[in-house]
Amino acid sequence: MASAVDKTTGTPGTRQEFRNLHISQIVRYRLPLAGLVSILHRISGAAMFLIGLPLILYLFQQSVLSEISFERYREFVANPFVKLVLVGLIWAFLHHLFAGVRHLLMDLDVGVEKIAGRTSAAIVLAVSIVLALIFAAKVFGLF
Amino acid sequence: MTTSRIVVGAHYGLRDWLAQRFTAVVLVVYTFVLLGWLFALPQLNYGTWAGIFAAGWMKVFTFVAVLALIWHAWVGMRDIYMDYVKPIELRLALQVTTIVVLLGYAGWALMTLWSV
Repeated sequence: MASAVDKTTGTPGTRQEFRNLHISQIVRYRLPLAGLVSILHRISGAAMFLIGLPLILYLFQQSVLSEISFERYREFVANPFVKLVLVGLIWAFLHHLFAGVRHLLMDLDVGVEKIAGRTSAAIVLAVSIVLALIFAAKVFGLF
Repeated sequence: MTTSRIVVGAHYGLRDWLAQRFTAVVLVVYTFVLLGWLFALPQLNYGTWAGIFAAGWMKVFTFVAVLALIWHAWVGMRDIYMDYVKPIELRLALQVTTIVVLLGYAGWALMTLWSV
């Protein structure tokens, strides 16, 4: 189908073709709510692999090895920058968890219609952000 | 008709898709068990925290969860590489690195768990 005419834009007399979005277009395109939840599901997963896993394994090791290392763990997580990173990872975990449950339900054909999909996406976003804020308040010692 | 088969791409299908789901369920169950422990503790200090992982069954369950996490993370990262990394040599390098790193994490977790 080699053609010199660019069919991705509408021109009179030819049918416009719609191609898949490329990841580079993501900031220019207004994603539907379900799309936002989806890409955040991917980003949160990648962030947990790249940053979360090594950090959690290190913190776990320090926390269980001995009383002394437990103190070092305490001091490390008292650092506000570390707390910020931890809150980010907590959000990532929560969003990934709830978006994942939404995925599992859809695998069972629950909530696959358009309106239901938008509603469940909104719930996932809202619940994970609210819970992340609650955890953030706890981490930063607000209660 | 002959096609040259690329090294990274063929026949990842139902098994890994299913594994991603089942490992996710294992991880959710583990999360609730761990949360249950944390809420049941009267206070959180080194003794009570390390005490959670002193029991043999908890060590094993945690290790199973770690293995589930390794496989779950592998499928997720593999999906990301398949979607965005088109050059085959680069994708192969990333996949191998990811697997090696994940195996290392499993070993690290194993070491930590059995030091308690």
